Amino acid sequence: MNERRYMRVANHMPPGHVRTPAYLRGKVGWVERTLGPFSNPEELAYGHAATSQPLMRIRFTMAEIWGAEAEHPNDTLDAEIYAHWLEPTDAPHAP
Amino acid sequence: MPHDHHDHLSPSGHPYRPDDDHPLTYWQQMEIAIREILIEKGVTTAAEINAQIDAMDARSPANGAAVVARSWTDPAFRDALLQDASAASASMGFDIGPLKLIAVENTADVHNVIVCTLCSCYPRNLLGLPPDWYKSRAYRSRTVKEPRKVLAEFGVVLPEQVTVRVHDSTADMRYIVIPARPAGTDGWSADQLAALVTRDSMIGTGLPKEPGAIADART
Repeated sequence: MNERRYMRVANHMPPGHVRTPAYLRGKVGWVERTLGPFSNPEELAYGHAATSQPLMRIRFTMAEIWGAEAEHPNDTLDAEIYAHWLEPTDAPHAP
Repeated sequence: MPHDHHDHLSPSGHPYRPDDDHPLTYWQQMEIAIREILIEKGVTTAAEINAQIDAMDARSPANGAAVVARSWTDPAFRDALLQDASAASASMGFDIGPLKLIAVENTADVHNVIVCTLCSCYPRNLLGLPPDWYKSRAYRSRTVKEPRKVLAEFGVVLPEQVTVRVHDSTADMRYIVIPARPAGTDGWSADQLAALVTRDSMIGTGLPKEPGAIADART
């Protein structure tokens, strides 16, 4: 099995049209697959010439997202996050 | 005198119900204005718009059910579907337009469920229009936080050892769940199997029908 590539979602709260859900900002997950490149929706939404961005499917554990409130800590959530929101990082905790 | 006290009753003897009309909203007016301008300027025609509405209304979960049933009966197709669901669906002749589709497969260990927390992204080009509950705030906010509780309300109660994988359709991709093939369907044709595949089973909020449920349809 390939080693997991962990990423942290930037904890920015910019105004305007973004497609990074607030509940995932600041959270760490691993790359499930890479897609795209697709046009950056944050630029497209305002009629700007959009740059191309890789789109990553990031898999998070429910424990990472919701902490002690997680319904079932080992269940997972996958979301598509544009690369400019992601920073490589270490695993969130010992596996 | 024509206006007597029975005037508020319909010919069948029931009271008339008030009309459920309300003024156009801002965005409804905007849509009408833009549509009329596009037609006036010759960019499109009313016939083209009607044809597009007809095409969207003609899409139904039966298209997705045919894709799922083929993946149950054709291992090479199943692999192609998991690799590139858009290309595999198009290869069956479905006009999926610009749809970028990912298929996720339920197994004995994994149950997948689809949600779009940011709006209501849905693979309309393959499954038709989404159910109203899919667009509700309750479904969108609860499915990422307490998916097992939401699934139980749909009648899908999962054992502890099954991992739930929620897919939040946040950006460019759309999703279809390939449910697990029901037991007791050995030897069934793809057409017979397709009758077991429900819309909700392709969203992940349901399971396919049991073979007994349509036993009569087989003969």
